[in-house]
Amino acid sequence: MTRMQFRLPDLGEGLTEGEIVAWLVAPGDIVTLNQPIVEVETAKAVVEVPSPYAGVVLALHADAGQTVDVGAPILTVDTGGESTDGAGDAPADGAAAQREAVLVGYGVRTSAARRRPRRAEILAPGHISNGRPVSGQAATDYAVPTQLGAGSAAGADAAGSAVGAVSRTAGDERALAKPPVRKLARSLGVDLATVAGTGPGGLITREDVERAARPVPTVGRNVPFPASPLPPSYDTSRERRIPIKGVRKLTADAVVRSAYSAPHVTEFITVDVTPLMALVKELRADDAFEGVKVTPLMLFSWVLIEAIRRNPFVNATWDELAQEIVLKEYVNLGIAAATPRGLLVPNVKDAQDLSLRELCQGIAALAETAKAGKTPPADLHHGTITITNVGVFGVDTGTPIINPGEAMILALGVIRPQPWVFEGEIAIRQVTTVAVSFDHRMMDGAEGSKVLADLAHMLSSADAFPAWR
Amino acid sequence: MRLIASVWPLCDDESVDDLVQLLTPAGQRVEHPDYRLALEAGELLGLYRDMVLVRRMDVEATALQRQGELGLWASCLGQEAAQVGSARAQRPTDMCFPSYREHGVAWVKGVEPLQILGLFRGVNYGGWDPRERYIHVYTLVIGSQALHATGYAMGVQRDDTDDAVVAYFGDGATSQGDLNEALVWASVNAAPVVFFCQNNQWAISEPVERQSRVPIAQRATGFGIPAVRVDGNDVLACHAVMSAALETARDGGGPVFIEAFTYRMGAHTTSDDPSRYRIADELESWRAKDPIDRMRSYLETEGILTADQQLALDADSDALAAAVRAGVLEMRNPEPLDMFDNVYAGAHPLVTAERASYASYLASFVDEARS
Repeated sequence: MTRMQFRLPDLGEGLTEGEIVAWLVAPGDIVTLNQPIVEVETAKAVVEVPSPYAGVVLALHADAGQTVDVGAPILTVDTGGESTDGAGDAPADGAAAQREAVLVGYGVRTSAARRRPRRAEILAPGHISNGRPVSGQAATDYAVPTQLGAGSAAGADAAGSAVGAVSRTAGDERALAKPPVRKLARSLGVDLATVAGTGPGGLITREDVERAARPVPTVGRNVPFPASPLPPSYDTSRERRIPIKGVRKLTADAVVRSAYSAPHVTEFITVDVTPLMALVKELRADDAFEGVKVTPLMLFSWVLIEAIRRNPFVNATWDELAQEIVLKEYVNLGIAAATPRGLLVPNVKDAQDLSLRELCQGIAALAETAKAGKTPPADLHHGTITITNVGVFGVDTGTPIINPGEAMILALGVIRPQPWVFEGEIAIRQVTTVAVSFDHRMMDGAEGSKVLADLAHMLSSADAFPAWR
Repeated sequence: MRLIASVWPLCDDESVDDLVQLLTPAGQRVEHPDYRLALEAGELLGLYRDMVLVRRMDVEATALQRQGELGLWASCLGQEAAQVGSARAQRPTDMCFPSYREHGVAWVKGVEPLQILGLFRGVNYGGWDPRERYIHVYTLVIGSQALHATGYAMGVQRDDTDDAVVAYFGDGATSQGDLNEALVWASVNAAPVVFFCQNNQWAISEPVERQSRVPIAQRATGFGIPAVRVDGNDVLACHAVMSAALETARDGGGPVFIEAFTYRMGAHTTSDDPSRYRIADELESWRAKDPIDRMRSYLETEGILTADQQLALDADSDALAAAVRAGVLEMRNPEPLDMFDNVYAGAHPLVTAERASYASYLASFVDEARS
């Protein structure tokens, strides 16, 4: 058998890693050339990677969800052919015989040798190295000290040592370091000429500079450190770092933008929604609503749209540039959804024109698509107002952050039986707490309170549903 | 409080009624009062064959990039008709200036696929001799080739030949300064150049309606350049419209602007993920207008394409793909000093000095065993 190993290529331009989203093949599967084998998400795109080999999959070298470095093996395929046994176990890359590394295609980088700068190993100019004379030019351009005199560790007095001096003889000579490292050295006041590079070819690294910048301990040389028990470590060894990316990053950007540009006011009202819950039950049994699972959220949405009709200023945008408040004559109703991808707020377009049944269907469809992780970008744009249902998590209420570009957000809490004064008596009623956050630039407490009171009134009476058919 | 209505009269699908079309998406031949089709059965088959082979090469190149064998690939998927039809209308000595997605044009002009793929693998700096193939090397800077084409056309004018010149670019390029400057120069000099814009609806992630409030072709009329809009997925219409435009240019009629209304079925390049900015429905609606499907349907209905011919073409496609793959895997890296070769036409003291300096830099490295 001939084993061919496929290494993760650079799928974009200059990417260093990719996350395995899903394997489309398993060990034992027969694959054909260019058959999609794996979905990989990079910083730029989610792509299907086609197999470069035809044969039988022997092994997958990374699990779904794992982030893999570009160049790392991800798959081994038996491409048939002559049995070479042991020899075949070696990673037989696409062009193993090809010693030369190509510019792309990490699969063929099997070169046994690599190149490093020819270095005049801290020798006087003209010294013979590797049997060849080192020209003065090359020595001054590329020579760097790899080790300094004993005194160098203590700092600047190394400059006087003979070894240190060699590295700085020529006027145009510069220690080897990349520009960002040079800048770091400048800002830390470190003279690169006094630093021993530990990188390839004597390159001075960021760590070298940081080490050199650390103050030299002033403790006397013969004074032993007190032997004390090690304190517990609170360093990175007991911390886990999660990259901020994808939907997490988008959400973070959105809430920061909203929270720090729109002054939020949050108000609450606790309301008896017993009639509304009865209506939910009634609609579920109604033939006209067959195929739609009516939820309280849908009726809250209906009531919110009605409230917008009565209080149009809550369905608006603050246009900083134009210095205008933009009232929308359409309601694109956003529903905050916890999805596999993270928090998304898809919206039902032109919700004001929908019948109750259509609205319920629209919300159900959004939720289903979101749950499947398939929400298209169009569903996420042009929202005008949002509902978030934290009640599903069992909590009473919250202080929601307005979706950027909108004026108000409504939070629903859990609905549960509670003692309530009903018609002059204590009764067990279905009670919930509703919260709204609104942008104080666009409305004041008077308007915000009126909307919330309107909502509460409609919710407690089910008056908003006279013509729901 | 003022109510703000959204003003957005866009060049959307409703404004495409004026597209010249000779073949409907269903593959039905229709006549157009201004553009007649004068092609023999063999030529029709040739157009179809070109499109099929170009698509196969394009798909293989995309796979090669995903396998790490190309650094990048800009797919022309969906734009085969606009490219093949317009290129087939040119005479062999009509010079054209492509952007970086014109694989169908390059194919028709006789450029070997491997010459194109070498550029995307990073082993050559252009791939072919423009003087030999009458197609300039790919231009990656958006729209600058329109200036080159215009300058070349003014040269043709001064040589007093009846060649015509074509500039290929996309909708995004029409927002660039270079393109607009080229239109000014071509217009006032009556240069024999055809500006062929493939409006594929997307400038990377920017939809065309975010770039222009009028159809792209209408921009040209502001420069005094006659413009025509053509169904870019109709290879027959693209051929006919391009033929007429080239004749106008040859006859001293000055430049013509063609907007080929088409669609980029794939990503902008392999570094792009279009699902982040466009909806799947859009792709589906364009799939129904596929340039190859409609031509095949037409040719089969007319009895021009037989089942045997299609089988032979499928075999040729697979052979081409295999040859492309094998050729790419065999490509060798260029010598580092090669990059100085074609900077100037002749010797240049600065380039000579830079080459010497770089050679001595390269000589300062030694091989060392891998640790």
